[in-house]
Amino acid sequence: MNNFFSKNGPIISTYFLIAISFWVIFLIIIPQLYMLDLSFRPNLPPLLRGGEEDVYTLTHYKHFLFGSETSKDSYNFVDLNVFFKTLATAVVITILSLCFCYPIAFYIAKVAEHKTARLLIVSLIVPFWINELLRAFALRILFAGEGVINNALINAGLMDNAINFIGQDVALFTGLTYAYLLLMMFPLYNSLESLDTNQLEAAKDLGSSTVRTHWRVVIPHAKAGIASGSTMVFMLTAGALATPVVLSSPNTFWFTQLIYQWFNMNDNWSRGAAYSVLLLLVSVVFVLLMMKLFRVKVGEIVK
Amino acid sequence: MSADVELQNISINFGDFYAAKDVSVMIKKGEFFSFLGPSGCGKTTILRTISGFLEPSQGTVLIGGKNMAGIGPNKRPTSLIFQNLALFPLMSVADNISFSLEVRGHSKADRRARAEELLGLVALEGQGDKKVHELSGGQRQRVAIARALAIEPEVLLLDEPLSALDLKLRQKMRSELRAIQKRVGITFIYITHDQGEALTMSDRIAVMNEGRIEQVDTCQAVYEQPKTPFVASFVGENNPFYGEVTAHNDRQVEVVCDGNKFMADISGNDHKESKKLTVGQKIILFVRPESISIKNSKAKIQNSFSARLDSIEFEGHLQNLFLTTESGMKVRLSVPNSEGTNHLTAGQTMELTFSAQKAVVLPEGNLAVD
Repeated sequence: MNNFFSKNGPIISTYFLIAISFWVIFLIIIPQLYMLDLSFRPNLPPLLRGGEEDVYTLTHYKHFLFGSETSKDSYNFVDLNVFFKTLATAVVITILSLCFCYPIAFYIAKVAEHKTARLLIVSLIVPFWINELLRAFALRILFAGEGVINNALINAGLMDNAINFIGQDVALFTGLTYAYLLLMMFPLYNSLESLDTNQLEAAKDLGSSTVRTHWRVVIPHAKAGIASGSTMVFMLTAGALATPVVLSSPNTFWFTQLIYQWFNMNDNWSRGAAYSVLLLLVSVVFVLLMMKLFRVKVGEIVK
Repeated sequence: MSADVELQNISINFGDFYAAKDVSVMIKKGEFFSFLGPSGCGKTTILRTISGFLEPSQGTVLIGGKNMAGIGPNKRPTSLIFQNLALFPLMSVADNISFSLEVRGHSKADRRARAEELLGLVALEGQGDKKVHELSGGQRQRVAIARALAIEPEVLLLDEPLSALDLKLRQKMRSELRAIQKRVGITFIYITHDQGEALTMSDRIAVMNEGRIEQVDTCQAVYEQPKTPFVASFVGENNPFYGEVTAHNDRQVEVVCDGNKFMADISGNDHKESKKLTVGQKIILFVRPESISIKNSKAKIQNSFSARLDSIEFEGHLQNLFLTTESGMKVRLSVPNSEGTNHLTAGQTMELTFSAQKAVVLPEGNLAVD
């Protein structure tokens, strides 16, 4: 602590301490604790809150697992289905994003000349100046039944009937992959950039094929970047709301949409809170498991 | 297996800039061959061309008589040791060494055995399971050598691999490299800007300057019979005296430099350049600092001149005397410490002398810039 003060001087150190404490305490800890508390309380009209009925209960978590008391099913299949489908889709999106970004990030970091690399980075960033919701709507226009793609393909005589891109969730996968592309791209780029180019040449000189060089030299080096990018993309995809609302098929329901409904449409904040807590918890556990599996430490991710 | 390497009229240009221009050299099988030159002289370009990372703009690379055009670095019978070694930091020492075998699908036991064998060759027995960062600089050096030798290349290419080491270790690694080369018997092609390295290790040296080869010769010939003023001034220390030829025959040249008449013996010199000299031609006469001595009245003198002593520099085994002649030419001479220089004081004028055999006369040309 003394070290920190002497290194940064009293003004900057105090600013850092206040800013970080404010951020952590007021924007993270307090709201999340409030949500956690709320998730264990019954949904009561304002007048009864704090009264005799306001006791800690597991009713919302039970609802998530077993459904409403009037339901005949033994489990809440609808909500569980949405939950796991959301997580599974988020995994697929993360993998898609990784597969898409890795070659580009490698190209920019190690192959392209300086000028080309800068141009590519700018062209990756510029589209993200457009608001997420607008980008989702733009994709909807592209993928709609009478959208740009279908019209172009039909007019070109390549097919007779429109493809239901939205119904097949093609639009959703594209939109979600695109939405968090940069969060995968930049950690990957950063870690690939720090790879000594001589290592690539050394591997090649020793007879290695391109695939093996990537598998044995490049990917192990970029592991932290891959973990960092994947974690962010997974978390944000699982928690996305705008893109799924605009682009998902009528049959696909995103778990955040459920949460949104509990909060806003059904006015059941405590159930919404319980569902949020569940999503957060499972996402964190999932990411920790993945890190364990790939032997990446938390410290490496922020490198 | 060892192979010879032949470069035929290699030119490499990036737009108008020629990194190598019409380089031709025949490197013999099993030879320790060095490319020596200042940074930017094109020696690394030549090495990258031999290893296959660079295709020459013109010319041909032959390894073991086979044209290498269109053959990538992973298919050539060469191994390259990088300047920064480029060991794989996330692999163990043994995995580093046997990577080339892994690539070729050798079994794990096979790889392990070969790694151990190579570790033995470079005196690192039992260190296979360590990580690269746990080794010292010299040990890493040896791992890089072992890794490059694992596929039994016919030619080993070394890109200034000793430059990152400190002086003592560098000197030790020189003799080790030489010993390893003798043991494995393959062709070593070594790139360096350090003439000490080139002279101590090589069988032959190619001195390069601005993309061209100035001279290819044995170490001794490069040192004693430089072909161009660049070689004379780049390899070792040398005193240049600018002058003009006044007379010559088959055995000797008489030159006048700033009013001093000197004789140089050319009968022992194999180069045609010094025999083609004509009267009146502008020349540079080179005499090495260790070939100049302080005049001893009893000796029979051929070449002598006087100069004023500016300063004395102590360099361990010898002392360097810096002098200026009357006409303002700087002269440096080296005296073994055992001779003693206590009687000398700065400012005194001294008579100096050198033998005609030790003088080299070359047509005027550019010197190496320090």
